[in-house]
Amino acid sequence: MSKEDKLYKIWVYLQAEPLFWITLTLGAYLLGDYLYKKSKLNPLVNPVAISILIVSSILLILDVSYDRYFNGAKFIHFMLGPATVALAIPIYEKKDLIFKEIKPIIFAIFLGIPFAILITFYLATFFKLDEEIILTMTPRNVTAPIAMGIAELIGGIPSLTAIITIITGIIGASLGTFALNIFKIKDMSARGFGFGLASHGIGTARAMSKNKTAGVFAALAMGLSGIATSIFILILIKFIF
Amino acid sequence: MLKSLFIIFLFQLVGEAIQKFFEINIPGPVIGLILLLLFFIFFLKSSSTKKIKKQISETSHQIISYLSLLFVPIGVGVVMHINYLGDNLFKILAIIIIGTLSTLVFTAFVMEKIINLQKKNVKRR
Repeated sequence: MSKEDKLYKIWVYLQAEPLFWITLTLGAYLLGDYLYKKSKLNPLVNPVAISILIVSSILLILDVSYDRYFNGAKFIHFMLGPATVALAIPIYEKKDLIFKEIKPIIFAIFLGIPFAILITFYLATFFKLDEEIILTMTPRNVTAPIAMGIAELIGGIPSLTAIITIITGIIGASLGTFALNIFKIKDMSARGFGFGLASHGIGTARAMSKNKTAGVFAALAMGLSGIATSIFILILIKFIF
Repeated sequence: MLKSLFIIFLFQLVGEAIQKFFEINIPGPVIGLILLLLFFIFFLKSSSTKKIKKQISETSHQIISYLSLLFVPIGVGVVMHINYLGDNLFKILAIIIIGTLSTLVFTAFVMEKIINLQKKNVKRR
């Protein structure tokens, strides 16, 4: 057997196993995180976006299907559930601060969520998208499993909603800081709350990495908006359609 | 570490079971989050629970510090399936960018305004 044949055989063996894809994902993330820290936490150098681009380019170059990749990467994906549960702890540790700001939180939810739903609806109408796509897009600001559930309920396409939701998260996480700075919003709890409400988990991860208070308010906004959006959409949809 | 992981998994498990049982629109892990929070507030008050509390706290912070990493697998799925958005891709991207950033700024703006109003009222008293 020639050397090339042997290498090819090893590759065929390795790419069928989860280990290769887990290692690739961790490596890509470490590189993304290294660049993020090297850039002094510049939000444009978002570690999630970088590692996604690295992994997808490798999959495309090697002509590997997403199913094969996810067969390994699902072990990383699995931890998303426990990590969500774990967000209870930072919220608990800042409960006094949250209680102090309860009024601003209520205002932000009752104004922010209808704003999120209506801006998406009116922009999509303005761009003349089909009704089905509009319904698919409206729940995009909440965490993917909730957004997919809402999409199904109102007649959108859940799998498309998942894609749009993830893009929303990445946009919020990588450009949100600039938008907040342009409008000179300085309060850390307000900034964090905006991140969590507008760009769910990925925005929360970004807020967490920057500032503890911002992270906690982001996690809180993510949870609250997940619950409130389901209710608001069902009410608003009766008025706008 | 093992004990606290067990507790976190257990809360997620109970959350998932509740979600399936009552067929609610909230994901199991979010229900688990709410339950764990209530558990901390109401049941872990006494000083004898200090140790386990500290353990859960440490494990949780460790998992959360890798929160970004956990989004990579689905993120790759988005890139691989981006052609599903078809001809509408650029319109949809434009809506997401404008919609997300305006929502973020609007929400943070409202919240900061009310926080500042609150501070002023406290000073006046």
